[in-house]
Amino acid sequence: MSTVLIIFYVLSAVTLSTAFMTIFSRNPIHSAIYLVICFFSIAGHYLLFNAQFLALVHIIVYSGAIMILLLFTLMLMNLNKEDEVHKPRLTRLGAVFSVLATCGILLSIFLRSKPIMGDYDTTGEDYQSIKVLGKVLLDQDNGFMIPFEFVSVLLLVAMIGAVLLSKKENSAK
Amino acid sequence: MDSTLILEKGIFITIIFAITMLMAMYSTLAERKVAAWLQDRIGPNRAGKGGILQPLADGLKLFSKEEFLPDTPNKFLFVVGPAVSMSVALMTSAVIPWGDKLHLFGRDVILQATDIDVALLYVFGVLSVGVYGIMIGGWASNNKFSLMSAMRAASQMISYEVAMGLSIIALIMMTGTLSLREIAEQQAGMNWNIFYQPVGFIIFLICSFAETNRTPFDLAECEAELIGGYHTEYSSMRMGFYLFAEYAAMFISSTILAVLYLGAYNYPGMSWAVENWGVNIANVIGIIVLFAKICFFIFFFMWIRWTIPRFRYDQLMRLGWKTLIPLAIANIIITGIVILLFDS
Repeated sequence: MSTVLIIFYVLSAVTLSTAFMTIFSRNPIHSAIYLVICFFSIAGHYLLFNAQFLALVHIIVYSGAIMILLLFTLMLMNLNKEDEVHKPRLTRLGAVFSVLATCGILLSIFLRSKPIMGDYDTTGEDYQSIKVLGKVLLDQDNGFMIPFEFVSVLLLVAMIGAVLLSKKENSAK
Repeated sequence: MDSTLILEKGIFITIIFAITMLMAMYSTLAERKVAAWLQDRIGPNRAGKGGILQPLADGLKLFSKEEFLPDTPNKFLFVVGPAVSMSVALMTSAVIPWGDKLHLFGRDVILQATDIDVALLYVFGVLSVGVYGIMIGGWASNNKFSLMSAMRAASQMISYEVAMGLSIIALIMMTGTLSLREIAEQQAGMNWNIFYQPVGFIIFLICSFAETNRTPFDLAECEAELIGGYHTEYSSMRMGFYLFAEYAAMFISSTILAVLYLGAYNYPGMSWAVENWGVNIANVIGIIVLFAKICFFIFFFMWIRWTIPRFRYDQLMRLGWKTLIPLAIANIIITGIVILLFDS
């Protein structure tokens, strides 16, 4: 086994086990911390693809910003075991049914799909370099400039929406 | 990768680790000496000559104290908190160029642990992870005051990270690279970035005070309101780790400031020195120059601490969100216009 393969297996084991622990652990803070570890191992997977930029942006955005805000709310709410709401039996049955249905769909997709690309070809370009990545993203002719700009508009709209929501609550008082 | 390279990098990383620890240790003494000097006192002068052994005595005291674990259901996280703080404070040094290169034993030794293409993003990634050490420690203490303090520290660090990132964007637009080595090389001679980006430098400087939780922004520690801080429940060396991590973070952010804005290891007449005195001597002087700049910033941190009174929490947030962020955005726009007008 090559070193990369060993690292891949270790990372995958960490990713999967922490993802499961996120769901199974009773304490919401513990599950948030497991999710942070899970995000870090996913960044490790990106590094295995030589995608340094993606890995670091993933760490900054997900582990550094989103999960910290999530931990904030969880810590301030101070959830305990007693606060856990017991769901009615019908809801539980519905949950089990929908999970089984999703599993069935996913299984059938994985069994029936065929890989389109047989082998990966090398383009000869160094995608580790952030300069190449920037050109691919923002080239006007054959890049992704217009979708990229649309995404930034979408983010702006989401930001204005969040401000608007918090303003409304104030005036209702 | 040949084995000599691994050996070379291993030795280099060990030296950097030792220097960071030594600088953090002696920063504690320097802080007390600077405070004493500014307040017209003498300061610690009992251990060793002029108090030179004081950090060792402090360390010995911390090690010999009782390790107290509070009654908390999260013993593991309680131990993890200071460890995360400390390792994060040390991790940044991996991408910093400490000097150009030395010619030793017939090979060029590059004075940097690793030169990655996205070094500046790496610094920010590590910085954003640093919040976890404080948050986890404060929460696992199972103490309302510690939790409040951890929340204060974390929200302050998140808020100022935004302004810091924006102030860096203007710099990146100018340099056109994220690699710290290339940024250092572009500032050869007296071509320092501080002359081109004075506003960005001031924003970055203010934000690094907030990021390291130093006065005037040390609101996470307060005896009157919070009985201490996020480390109220910590004792012995675990407490020492938190305090030590603060000094290590101060050293690292001084280094980043020196590398980004004050020309890193460059000094006027460096190319002349390389020609006339050889590569080794010129670069050893470069390392000394870099450390002189770092020491100046560490002194500046302490100087501010004993000069400016602390902010109130709402003033801190107003400064971060309503002053520094708009200023940083304006700086980006002006930099963009200037580049467009004069560079093309």
